[in-house]
Parts: sequence; structure tokens; C-alpha cells
Amino acid sequence: MAQVFKHYTNTVAKVTIAVVILLIVGGGVAAWEVNNSYNVYRREAVTQPVPFSHKHHVTDDGIDCRFCHTTVETSSFAGIPSTHTCMTCHSKIWVNSPMLEPVRESYLTDASIAWVRVNALPDFVYFNHSIHIAKGIGCTTCHGPIGDMPITYRENTLYMRWCINCHKHPWRYVRPKKDVFSVTYKPLADQDALGHQLVREYHIKPPLVITSCYTCHR
Amino acid sequence: MSCTDQADNCHDADAVRKQFGEAGDGAFWRGIEEFGPPEEHPEEPGSGDLPAQDPTQRRGMSRRDLFKMMGASAALAGLTACTKLPLETIVPYVNPPEIIKPGEPLFYASSMPWRGVAQGVLVWSFMGRPTKIEGNNDHPGSMGRANVFMQASVLDLYDPDRSQVLLQNGRVGDWNDFIILTEELRAKHLRNKGEGLRFLTGTITSPTLGDQLHDLLTQFPHAQWHQHDPTSRDNVRAGAQMAFGEVVETVYRFDQANVVVGLDADPFFAMPGGVRYAWDFGNKRRVARPDSSMNRFYAVEAIPTISGTQADHRLRLRPSEVETFARLLAQAVGVNLPGLESESLPGVSADWLAALVKDLQQQKGASLIVAGDSQPPVVHALAHAMNAQLGNVGKTVYYTNSIEVNPVIQAQSFRQLVSDMEAGKVETLIILGENPVYTAPADVPFAEELPKVPTRIYLGNYEDETSVLCNWHVPAAHYLESWGDLRAYDGAVSMIQPLIAPLYQGKTASEILTFFQGQPGRTCHTIVQEYWQSQNPKLTAQQFGVQWEIWLAKGIIAGTAFPARTVALSKTFNVARTPDTSTSSGLEIAFKPDPSVWDGSYTNNGWLQELAQPFSKLVWDNAVMVSPATAERLRRAKTSLGDPPQNPVPAGAPSIPRGLWPANSTALPNAGEEGEYYNAGETMGMQNAVVELKHRGRMVSGPLLIMPGMADNCIVVTLGYGRTRAGRYGTGVGFNAYSIRTADRPWIDTGSIVGKTPRRHKLVTLQRHNVIGPPGKEEDAEAVAAFRRNLVRVATMDEYRGNPNFAKDAPDMTSDAQSLYPVLPSPYDFKKGPQWGMSIDLSSCIGCNACIIACQSENNSPVVGKDQCARGREMHWIRVDTYFRGNVEQPEFYNEVLPCMQCENAPCEYVCPVGATMTGPEGINQMIYNRCVGTRYCSNNCPYKVRRFNFYLYSDWTTPSFYAQKNPWVTVRSRGVMEKCTYCIQRIRWKEIKAEVAGTEVKDGEILTACQQTCPTNAIVFGDIRDPNSAVSKVKAQSRKYGLLEELNTRPRTTYLAKIWNPNPEIGEPYPLPAGVQDTSKQRS
Repeated sequence: MAQVFKHYTNTVAKVTIAVVILLIVGGGVAAWEVNNSYNVYRREAVTQPVPFSHKHHVTDDGIDCRFCHTTVETSSFAGIPSTHTCMTCHSKIWVNSPMLEPVRESYLTDASIAWVRVNALPDFVYFNHSIHIAKGIGCTTCHGPIGDMPITYRENTLYMRWCINCHKHPWRYVRPKKDVFSVTYKPLADQDALGHQLVREYHIKPPLVITSCYTCHR
Repeated sequence: MSCTDQADNCHDADAVRKQFGEAGDGAFWRGIEEFGPPEEHPEEPGSGDLPAQDPTQRRGMSRRDLFKMMGASAALAGLTACTKLPLETIVPYVNPPEIIKPGEPLFYASSMPWRGVAQGVLVWSFMGRPTKIEGNNDHPGSMGRANVFMQASVLDLYDPDRSQVLLQNGRVGDWNDFIILTEELRAKHLRNKGEGLRFLTGTITSPTLGDQLHDLLTQFPHAQWHQHDPTSRDNVRAGAQMAFGEVVETVYRFDQANVVVGLDADPFFAMPGGVRYAWDFGNKRRVARPDSSMNRFYAVEAIPTISGTQADHRLRLRPSEVETFARLLAQAVGVNLPGLESESLPGVSADWLAALVKDLQQQKGASLIVAGDSQPPVVHALAHAMNAQLGNVGKTVYYTNSIEVNPVIQAQSFRQLVSDMEAGKVETLIILGENPVYTAPADVPFAEELPKVPTRIYLGNYEDETSVLCNWHVPAAHYLESWGDLRAYDGAVSMIQPLIAPLYQGKTASEILTFFQGQPGRTCHTIVQEYWQSQNPKLTAQQFGVQWEIWLAKGIIAGTAFPARTVALSKTFNVARTPDTSTSSGLEIAFKPDPSVWDGSYTNNGWLQELAQPFSKLVWDNAVMVSPATAERLRRAKTSLGDPPQNPVPAGAPSIPRGLWPANSTALPNAGEEGEYYNAGETMGMQNAVVELKHRGRMVSGPLLIMPGMADNCIVVTLGYGRTRAGRYGTGVGFNAYSIRTADRPWIDTGSIVGKTPRRHKLVTLQRHNVIGPPGKEEDAEAVAAFRRNLVRVATMDEYRGNPNFAKDAPDMTSDAQSLYPVLPSPYDFKKGPQWGMSIDLSSCIGCNACIIACQSENNSPVVGKDQCARGREMHWIRVDTYFRGNVEQPEFYNEVLPCMQCENAPCEYVCPVGATMTGPEGINQMIYNRCVGTRYCSNNCPYKVRRFNFYLYSDWTTPSFYAQKNPWVTVRSRGVMEKCTYCIQRIRWKEIKAEVAGTEVKDGEILTACQQTCPTNAIVFGDIRDPNSAVSKVKAQSRKYGLLEELNTRPRTTYLAKIWNPNPEIGEPYPLPAGVQDTSKQRS
């Protein structure tokens, strides 16, 4: 009786096992990626009514964050600039730019511009900008290299584990208050040492306290 | 057939005694259902979280179907993760208003009209949306506190059933046509000097509106202004007229009164100055130490009221007997008036009266007699005379000019209008609110005569009973959409300023009147501003502008409260009884405004409909309320009670004695089968008997509800229900008591007959929901459990002085006692950081329910409807438990406010399989909705029964108008999650973050929970218990402090202060019992 399995069967079996393992691992990685970027639009530019460039306004023109996001230091909501704010400059410069047509239209018709939200949290999360600013968390810590973004995108997943990571180790992310609005700030080499000092200085509550549920959920 | 043979609830005296015997002295109870044989109780709703199912409503699902559903659900659940997040938009302003900061609330002072009188409010506004009402600290009528109607009024603004467009004969009208019509009417009535032009309003205290009306009456000399308010204070006006010869306003100073006597009065709830009165009374009632003084309150009333149940001595008398009592009391304190003759009142012992009089005499100048709005004028006049005799005038009571623009006897004014309508004298009728078709007395044929008036214009909030009978219906602006002014209870002018532009085409009364004044198009803002400018001619326009801003900021014009004036008490007014020509047989009936929906103005308000009425805890209904003994008599009666041929009621003497029911029940004639229909309250599967209430030739049927502590042989019905056109929530709920109410006797009348019917109606009461159950022994009634478990602790002032630590737990019942259960180590150090805690003073709490609506409004709690309430699924995070003590006839009443106890060692936490509830570092037991999977284990394990589960999607996610009402700081819960009190964590975080950003610390008293903020008696104190100088720490340091079920080692953060009564030591028994009746329970032991 001839052999049931030919010699090449060994190879088929090995390849099959390898492919299955590859599929499981690859599938897992792909699912992880989808969940961490595709599902949350991470690093994905969304189309806005006006192709507003933070890179141009922040890096090229040197406009401070707070010029437009006026309530970031005093309210939970950072504030989206009103059409009036845009027109402060654009009634003088680039007055005929076709790109700015929606802005001019909004100003003339008194109808708001509907911007697409880039950094969104679920409704059961109550994030407050003012407290983060007051405790030395920089804009770019969460919003990413905003000064390099021609079209604004979401840098981080904004998943709870991402939030908690910082709430557990605030010293790794805290920066001097004078640098909070800097888009070019780079963490120092001795971030941990400085971080611990700043945590004390800014009275940042211990991780056990700021990781409790009612810190963010209500 | 003996009583115990019957299947239904039957209040057998033996059973009652047995229960009390087991409980020992001083037992508490929660409802008279407890006195029936225990095995007859069907499943209790809500005593756990498993809903008691009505067997007839159980819908079948086979095992096979269940598995199919489970399989499908599991498969589909896996797919939900495969979605990309939906994109949202952000819509900024084009030109941002300067003061609005997105994410931060703004506050505006305004005034809410209630009974025509200003209630000062402070309104939270988020990005232009009013979301929450609070009291205005600067307002004398509010003192920063609010009642249920103020709290709930914000929901009315967003009511989807409000009328939204101008209607002409039921079709959408054209404003141009309306303006042309008003111009034509004006021209016509200018020619005939206003002949046939009539205005019908409610009570008007607004100076601006009054000025407009006077202007109209000058322009149209023959026009007339009529007033009709269903809860009109005609008796108060007539009483003042009688005593002083003119209508004056009576203002009470409860903060000066040591002894208060209420004659059928509910000053802390139902009077226009109620919130302030409750505040003053609460301040006099609070005791901090055994050597503190406390006021004493005597109440004489027919049905338990919010005020009366706070009385140290509460005497139940029929409403008509209150007059006799007033006469007796007047004589005893030395009032000498013609017509005051010696009388007798069987229910009042001479000793009791003598002790009361002695108390009053000792406190001359610091005592106070308050007569209720529903009592006849003579009682008010006698109260004035007594206050004068006791030297109280100028001290605890003072008189001012009437706060009304034109104080008339409204019943006469309204009747005059209707008789003119009958005579065809009315050509144009302008109705400004009050829904008169629904609220008119039954013997005044307003609805019948209205169609005969050629032009009928109605300004109203809803398309209601009146609007359908009018040619033109103008939608009214809500007060949060209006400019205007009103006077407060003391005359202070209060500003109404809008929080939002009218959502629909709403107009104010002022604006409607301008059409007839010949100034169409003037806005209410201009009208009010110009009126006040004309009243302040010395101010330049600029100075006035500054003043105006100050008035708006404060909500009140400083210095406009009326000064006290001296009024001469007429020495000669005759208080002789007029011979009663009406039929004296039958039962007595009292009409009361409903404590939830008032006169029908709030019938379509879901929050108020679902608010458990004080003591009866009835929701979504009104009822024919009778005392237990009267119900028993009705049970035994053949067909009806009060009908002379069948059941003669001897005048003045009830046919069965006071006290408990006679043990020998077979001695009374038995009526047979019908007797079974009468059970007390709602229990699952059992329904209340419907009775026919015949009164002066008219009849209405409604369900019978037995009310402990009510006077015998009388009936109490509440107004405001039985609406035919109220809206989606209010239409068809309850029965219409207006349909048997007469104009000359709108509050108290005799000659009612109660007839039995075989029909039944399910009343839902929340009284026996969320019962804190008995420990282990199932045969214990919860009353016994309440007693055994010391939920309510109480002492008299003397006992408190003798033993200040009476409320302390026995050593083996404290948290520190040795326990089999180890204290699980907490990761948090409760010695550091702010540690939140709350204290609730049972002595101060009057059970007004304001905290419940405040919480509902603040925390986006849904309305679940009557059916879900019947299953014990109401969603209030805070509730007011009523406990009774003593016999069912004259019990003592206890209100226990129950929010989450925020246990440090919380039983709910251990059983949650997903960690959705955890105690946080500040001692708050956190409930995390997004983690909750809905096992409901936590609620089962909660000994206090404060957790609420969303069995369905209770939150209204589909009605657009309600979106704007929601508090943006609190998650709107979805189906399948548990929820509970959070100590208003959003308010804590708001103030905390503000302080941290500013680099300061939160000051004590800066964070107010919603319930604490609104409490009119300041019974709720909240703050940091770690700080020894905080208000809450000081309160908790009092010897009266105790925690509920401390022996379970839950370490609750919410604790209580024991109830203190201040009875007159000269009155041995708290209530006089007639000879021969033995009280089986020893009260105030």
C-alpha cells in the first residue's frame, strides 16, 4: 500500500500552520490598528467647510492658541472662534480668497459655520480644559503637533486608557506653565525629575484621586 | 360575616392592636394596609428590584424563544464594535455675546407668578437655555429657597403641548387679522365708551399691568374688569373687611413667634409667602443644643397638611368645626365681640383648650394665630381679633396695604360677569389666563354662556378647555420668556425678566392689553421699563438705566415692600352665626388645591404628576379622601353614606366614637357583599373602590383613598384633575372636583353623599415602595421593622433636655462594634482631602417635596408614568418617606428625606460584578453608567433602597422641546443602567475646578447640592466633614445625630438629626380623646 501522505505533505502542514498563526497575529494587529486609528479618525484629516490650517496660523503667523480658543483657561470648553474672530483679520487680508468664502458668507448671513469636530469625547465624559491648563498640561500633549498640521487631525485615540495613562503618571507629561501654549515644546531629558517637582508645585492630586471615576464621569 | 372573613383589606381593630402589641410602645407604621392580615397582602412592589408582576399582565415567552433571542442578541452585540465613530459638528457664534462663556452657566434673577404673587427665582442658563430654577437670595419671599411649583416651572417652558400659534376658531390665525380685529374693537368700544367690553383676569399684583388696566378703564369708562382665580383668597379679603372695614394684607412674622396656632392653615406651603414663612418657622424650630429654645405649633385641621403635620399638638376637626374652635379660642383669650356666644365642641376637651390659652397668654406679643385661606371670613376676623388681643400686631403679624391692584371678592366679580353674559350685555370678552371654563364653579354657567359672547379672545398657555370656546386664542408667553413685574407677599416689587426669547408666538398679558390701549406693537420690555421710568420722574434716563440694571440683577426693587400700617380693629363687628339654611345633613366636603398640580395650572407637568403627594404618596391621580373610620362606616353602609334616610348622621356627633374602630365589629349593621369594595390603598392586583360623590345635585365619581389623621365624617377632594384638554400628560387623569364645587361655598360645604359603586380604579401610591425592610424576620411588618431598626428617632424637648444623647446607638449597634464582617481595606485615606457628607434635620423638614423636584430638575431624572410607578420603578433619587406613629385616627407624622447614604463601606459595591459602583476618594459612592451592565445586584443589596434602575428607556430622547431643558453637566441615562444620588457631583467639580484654577480653596457653603439649595427650612446641610469648622461638621457634632442602620457597618455619610417635638407639658396626651375611647398605642413615650 502506498503511503497515504506524500513527502510534500510536511511542507503543506508547516505552511498551513505558519499561515494560520500569521493570520491570527495579523488579524489581531489589523483589528488593533482599526480600533486605534480608523475607528476614531486618528491621524486622518477630516474635510472642513474651510480648509483651516493650524500650521499656517500658529507656526507661520505666530498667533497664540488663546486668541481663538478664548475660554480655554476659564471654562471646560476651549471655545471655537466665532466668525467675528476670523473676520478680525480677514476683513483686512485675503479678503477675496475663494477659500474664505464660507467665512464671509457666514458673516453676512449671520449663519454659523458648522465645523467638523476633530477631538470628541463620549457624552458621559466631562472633560475640563481649564483645570488641565492650570495644572501645566500643554495643548500639544493631547492635541499633538498642532503647529505642524495643515489640516487638523486627531493625534490620539482619546480612549479612556489613554487618559488614564496620564492621570496615573502625570509627572511624565506635566510641563512648566509658561510652556503650556507652546507648540514647539519638547520634553526635557530629565522629565521625570522635573515632572515630580512640578506635580508638587502645581498641587496635582495623587494618581489614586484623579483616577477615581467621578473625576471625569457623572 | 365578620370583618376578618373578608378577602380585601379590612381594618380590624384586633389586627391593629396585635400589630402594635408586637411592636411595643411607640411603633411606627407606613400605611394602613399594614393593619390587614399579613397573608392577604399580595406581592409588594418595589420591595426589591424584582417588579411584582400583575398575573393578568404577564406576557408569555417560551424557553425556546428566549434562547433564540439570546443567540441573536449575542451575535448582534458583537457587531456593534464595527462602527466608526459618528462625526459631530461644532457650531460657534457668528458674533458672540460678551458675557456668554461656553460651558459655564449664567444666572438671572426673575420672578414666578404663583397665585398672582411673585416668587423670587434665580435661573441657571446654559448658552441661553434656562435649565434649573433656584430661589433668589435677595428676594424677601424666597430667601434663596424654592417650592415645588417654582422648581417644576422650568419644565412648563419646554412643554411640547404648549400652544404655539395664534388660533382663530381652531385654525391657525393671521396676526394681521388679529391686529385689524383689535383695532376695530377699539374703535367700536371707543364710540360706545366700552359698553360690553370686559376683561377677565386672575389675581393681579403687577403694578404695570394694573396701570394698563386702569388706563383701559379710563379710556373705556363703561368697560369692566373682572377677576377670577380658582384658588382666590376671597375669605382672607372678606375677613379683613369684616375686622378692619377695609381689605388689608396680613403678613406674618414666624421668626418672632414662639407659639403658633394654625386654624386649618397651611402657611408653609399654600400661602403666597409660603417659602419665606417656612424659612422663618424652620429657623425658630431648629435646636442646636438642649438649652436652645424652640417654638410650639398647634394645628387644627381636617386633613394632614404640610404645615399641620409639623404641629406639636395637632387636633383633627372637620373644616366647619374649625370655626367653632376659633370662637371658643377667641372667647378664651378674652376677645369680646357681639355675637360671640358660648359654644360646645365635642372633640375638644376643656383642659386642652385651657392649656393652649395659657400658653398663648404667657407668650403675649410672641404668639400668632393663623387662619387658613379656606376658612370663612369670620374665622379670619376672629384671628385678627385674637392677634390684637394677644398684643401680636406689629410683632408677629403686621398689616399693609393690599398687594393686589384691585382686591375684590372675586367670586362676586366672576358671577357678575356671567350674569351679564346671560343678559347679553357682554360683546367683547378678553380672558387673560386662568382657564375659566375649567375652573369655573359648577353653579356659574360660564362655559354655557361663553359662546353667546360675540368676540372672545383668550390668552393662555395651552389649547385648553377655554381656548376651544373662544374665537381667538393667543398663545401666552411663559414667565421665563416675559418682561414684567409682580409684587411679593410683602408688597416688594419683583422683576420678571426673560431668560429666552419666546419659543413660539407667545405674548404677555401686557402686550395683549396694548392693542386695546391703542398702542399696538409695544413690547412687554418697553411697557415695564416706561412704567417704572414714569414712577421715578426724578431720575434722568441715565440714572434710571443704572437703577434698572440693579433691579434686574437683584430681581427686586429695593424699598418697595409695603410698610406696616396701623389698622383699627372694629370693636363692633358682629360675629354672630348666620343661621345655616343649607342642608345640614350629609357629609362635609372640603375642596383643596392639589399639592402637586395646584388648581390645574400644572396638570400637564410630568414632574409634578409623578411627585408623591405629601402623606398619601399618591401619584398621577386625585382621590376622594376620607378618614379610616368614615371608610369603615361606608364599608358597612348599604349603598351610600350621608344620605339621610339610610344613614342619618347626628349633627355634631360622629356615629362611631373617635379612637380606634370598635372591636366588636359585628355589633354594627352589616351591608353584605358591597362591603368588600373598600380597601385602603394601592397594592398590586387590588384596586380602589370608586365612589359616587353627590353634592348639591351634581355628581362626580372618583376612587376612595383612606387618609390617616383625617377628621371623621368629612370628605376632602383636590382640584386640578379631570382635565379634558390638558395635554399629553394631564388629559383624563383623575376626576374633576370643580364639577361639584359651588361659587358661594368654594372650600367647605355640607350635604355630600357618598355612594358605592361596583367600579374600581387603580390608584398608585409610592408609600410602600422602597421600604427599608425588616432584618431577617419575614413576618414582621415594615412598621415593626422601622421601630426595631430605629429609622426615626424622636424625643420631646423635655426628654431631649433630660437625655441629650437619646438618639445615640447602643454600643453593640454602632459601626465600631465588633462585627463578623471585616471592614474591607479602602484604598483611600478618608482623613485627607475634602470628605463630603450631609446631614438632614428631621425636626426642620416639613415634607414639602421641593427637594425631589429640585433633584429631578438638576439630575435629568426621567418621568416614568403611572404604570411604571405602580411597579415601583419611579426614578427619583431622593424621596420623602412618611412614617406614622400612634393610632390611625390621630397619628403623628414623620418625614424622612432619603437620598443615597453614600456609605464608606457600601454594600452595593461588593456585589457589582463589573465595578460600576465604587467609593471614591472623597467618600462619595460613585455610580458609573458606562460600566453598568444592569444586573441590579447593587440595588438588591442596598439596605436603604435608594438605587433606581432604568427598566426601559425612560429618558425622553425623542421630544425635541425637552432636549433644551436637560442639564448639560449630567449624563442622560439610557435603558439598562442603574442610577442614584451623586451628591450633585457636577456642582462639586464645578466649584472645585474653579477654586483650583484660581489657586484658592473651596469655601464652606460654596457647594450646595440641589436638594439643599432649595430646602425652604434649611433641613439639609452639606459640606466637608473633615473640616471641623464647616457647617455640616458642626451639625453632625450635635447629640441628636444618628445614622440609619449603623449596625450594618455601612458608615453612611448622610446622617440625620433626630426629631424633636415641643409639646405643651400641661397637655398630657398630645391629642384630646373623648371619654370612653382608649388609645392603644402610647404616643411620645
